[in-house]
Amino acid sequence: MSLDLRLPIGLLFLLLGALLGIYGLVSDPAIYSVSLGVNVNLWWGGVMLVFGAAMFVPALRKMRK
Amino acid sequence: MHLHAIDYAIIGLYFVFVLGIGVALRRFMRTSLDFFLSGRSLATWITGLAFISANLGAQEVIGMAASGAKYGILTSHFYWVGAIPAMVFVGVFMMPFYYGSRARSVPEYLRLRFDEKTRGLNAISFAVMTIFSSGISMYAMGLLFEQFLGWDINYSIIIAALVVLVYTFLGGLTSSIYNEVLQFFLIVFGFLPLSLLGLKAVGWWPGLQAKLAGVATARGFEPGVLTESWKHLGSASANPMGVEWFGMVMGLGFVLSFGYWCTDFLVVQRAMAARSMNAARRTPIVAAVPKMVFPFLVILPGMVILALVGDAGLTDAAGKADYNRALPLLLGRLYPSGLLGLGLAALLASFMSGMAGNVTAFNTVWTYDIYQSYIRPGADDGHYLWMGRMATVFGTLASIGTAYVAMMFNNIMDLLQLVFSFINAPLFATFLLGMFWARATPNGAFWGLLSGTGAAAVHYALTGVAGGRGGLLHAYPSDMAQNFWGAIYAWSACFLATIAVSLVTRPRDRAELTGLVYSLTPRVREGGLAWYRRPLLVGVIVLALTIGLNICFW
Repeated sequence: MSLDLRLPIGLLFLLLGALLGIYGLVSDPAIYSVSLGVNVNLWWGGVMLVFGAAMFVPALRKMRK
Repeated sequence: MHLHAIDYAIIGLYFVFVLGIGVALRRFMRTSLDFFLSGRSLATWITGLAFISANLGAQEVIGMAASGAKYGILTSHFYWVGAIPAMVFVGVFMMPFYYGSRARSVPEYLRLRFDEKTRGLNAISFAVMTIFSSGISMYAMGLLFEQFLGWDINYSIIIAALVVLVYTFLGGLTSSIYNEVLQFFLIVFGFLPLSLLGLKAVGWWPGLQAKLAGVATARGFEPGVLTESWKHLGSASANPMGVEWFGMVMGLGFVLSFGYWCTDFLVVQRAMAARSMNAARRTPIVAAVPKMVFPFLVILPGMVILALVGDAGLTDAAGKADYNRALPLLLGRLYPSGLLGLGLAALLASFMSGMAGNVTAFNTVWTYDIYQSYIRPGADDGHYLWMGRMATVFGTLASIGTAYVAMMFNNIMDLLQLVFSFINAPLFATFLLGMFWARATPNGAFWGLLSGTGAAAVHYALTGVAGGRGGLLHAYPSDMAQNFWGAIYAWSACFLATIAVSLVTRPRDRAELTGLVYSLTPRVREGGLAWYRRPLLVGVIVLALTIGLNICFW
């Protein structure tokens, strides 16, 4: 199968990470009282962004070769 | 639970990607082998993650959290006793026969090893069972979204089913597998914050232990019964599962788990799609690694919500215990909007990956084992590819039908265990004898299977559960105990009947059985491979780690 799976997975997590991270930055801090005061959107968005990049970038490089 | 735009955006993004993958893969589906078995070309990490993800349906995420709330850490036995050993066994010992025989499905292996009637029996029972599983998945999902989000149950079932239909119709098994891997990561990222936040909220493990001690004593048990996994298995009355260690280890650990992981085509199919024999053997073992860790992801939230709200908090409107609320309750309690969308997308993903796995297994068994064998053999490959697509459509429709039928049991786990025990428990005895005893004959296998399933049914009819449906012969302390012991009797009946009938009937020619039986197949060489590519070695390491986990939570 010629579609490298790391491309869609990486891309999805890059987008999800960006979406959550930006929401974490612009959202009202009061909503984080449920998550014990932690801005999970920002933190977890960042983690997903890193994961997405780790999947997507090597796959993109391989495709370009 | 209230959803905001960000949550819908995340869920929407997930749908776009699963459909997009299906569309992108359409042009690679040229032959029936491409459609049903991904042309046997996939990398181990992909088949490994799909192996575990296809198994992750309603039963895992919701059901395990529910069981975590109902039984505490005893639920871990479904993983550390009831899955890992079987997964290692199928990878190391059974994949050489599945992959090496070039069988395109589990029933096809049975035809090669035994005969047509054995294949037919397995194919038909599997086809029915897998559609049922699919329906249960969808019903559970619809119910959940109705209860917690107010989404109309009919719309959610039908829309989710349609999305799965589209991507499996277009991209076949590869689409299903690719999406299963995607769903695996989504489930990990969607629920890991829940476990972490949940642990923080109860005071980490010591806090959890203390709070659950209170719940345990309120239920009339020893304080440690919800956080110690082996100590209280001395007798059935000492723990909430109502089983003792022997019934648990032999029923769940041996018969049921090996019956599922070693013979269920839904998971075996993912390994058959691998690109080489070595990749196929390593697939279940690769899958066993996240499986070891999953209790922290799926069982722990159940235990946490129990610690936070107690049994009183986990009842439905009428006051009756409803542990299926465990996961959604915790989600609503700890997740702000944004992450909530991610958690819901992960839930949707788990249901959909389960359903897609069932539909792709069904369309393969239908097309190769029922249609090609009995209805229209000898047609060209393009015809079977077309049939596969049609089977995808009517498989999905049949699943929707069984979803509506499934509204009868409240704990999904118990229902699945019951159905699987009738069919799977005897099946494993058949495969064990088929793969490791050359003298097992086709008639032995066929009558053994029937005896085993018959024994399971008779056992269920004649026994009951204390406090529930009474039994003529015996009343078990719990549903679980009845299931586990039923499995033991079914397996034993099949095992003995197969041997007995085999000894008095004619076996196949030895020459025909090369590559299908252990004694007639050359040993697989593992020399010259890096340590992490040796199935036996990695399998042993995984088992050792699992034993370690068992000891840790003793």
